[in-house]
Amino acid sequence: MATANEIAAQEFSAVVTSHRPQIFRFLLASTRDVDLAETLTQECFLKAHRNWSRFRGDSSAMTWLMRIAINLQKDHWRNRRLQFWRQASTNTVDLDEASEWLASGERSAEQKMLAREKVAHVWRAVEGLSERQRTVFLLRFVEEMELSEIARTTGLNEGTVKAHLSRALARVRAELGERR
Amino acid sequence: MSEESELKFATGKPDDFEALDPAMKQALGDFKGSVHAWSEAMMSRPRAARKAVVRRTWRLAAGAALASVLIAGAASGGLYEHHHRQELARIAAAQEAAHQRQLAAERARAEEDLLAKVDSDVSREVPSALEPLASLTNDDETTK
Repeated sequence: MATANEIAAQEFSAVVTSHRPQIFRFLLASTRDVDLAETLTQECFLKAHRNWSRFRGDSSAMTWLMRIAINLQKDHWRNRRLQFWRQASTNTVDLDEASEWLASGERSAEQKMLAREKVAHVWRAVEGLSERQRTVFLLRFVEEMELSEIARTTGLNEGTVKAHLSRALARVRAELGERR
Repeated sequence: MSEESELKFATGKPDDFEALDPAMKQALGDFKGSVHAWSEAMMSRPRAARKAVVRRTWRLAAGAALASVLIAGAASGGLYEHHHRQELARIAAAQEAAHQRQLAAERARAEEDLLAKVDSDVSREVPSALEPLASLTNDDETTK
């Protein structure tokens, strides 16, 4: 018969398997740095593992993990601002390189080119957003989370989430409008 | 799309995505697809190997840069030393030449002094036995 610890370990293992891609994706989109996103993802699950026994299931595991990821990302930027000379050693992918990736599907060469151009414009808009606006925008449009879930994850109220989202969309719209 | 419809969209209802204009919908859809594709590709890549290559490349670059600095330093040091030695040799040669010139001038001056002294001595010391002849020579000249 499995002990309580073994059951917890199995549960946690299942959580890692199912949520790791989403946490990594969010951190990758937030940082545009593959190595950093991997490091922060590992730190996120390490932290979650240490506190797994205290997770009571008030929110979904995804919400809980995403909150840890957002806090880790915030800590990282705060530390990097203090140690500004470290910026030279980052591996942030530039916008054009990030825009090279497209969802698989049948498209003509021209359609692919147009899609890449649009993706680049959205990246430019995202780059100009504040940290909170960017987080809310990515949770909504990349992770497709509901507003109530975003509010629980970020610790903001829904009204604030809506306001951030509206400003982020205005910025994307302006960027797309400028380039048309 | 107007600000009002954007706020409607931001209410979180799935149907509100339709409130966005087609260009926005297309751009946001492409963006989502792009991030998903990138993330999937990065998750399935051989991470350790790539990191090692990146680190090795970085180390090679740093080593090459350090070696270049050392070589440049050694070369410039050698050049400076060579130039410095040439300069010292030139100064020593110039000093030697000046010294030789000074010695030659001193020798010439000493010889001139000696000749002058001999001339004056010779002109002053006329032997007494020749004095009458000398006066005769003077007389002959006066009778002409």
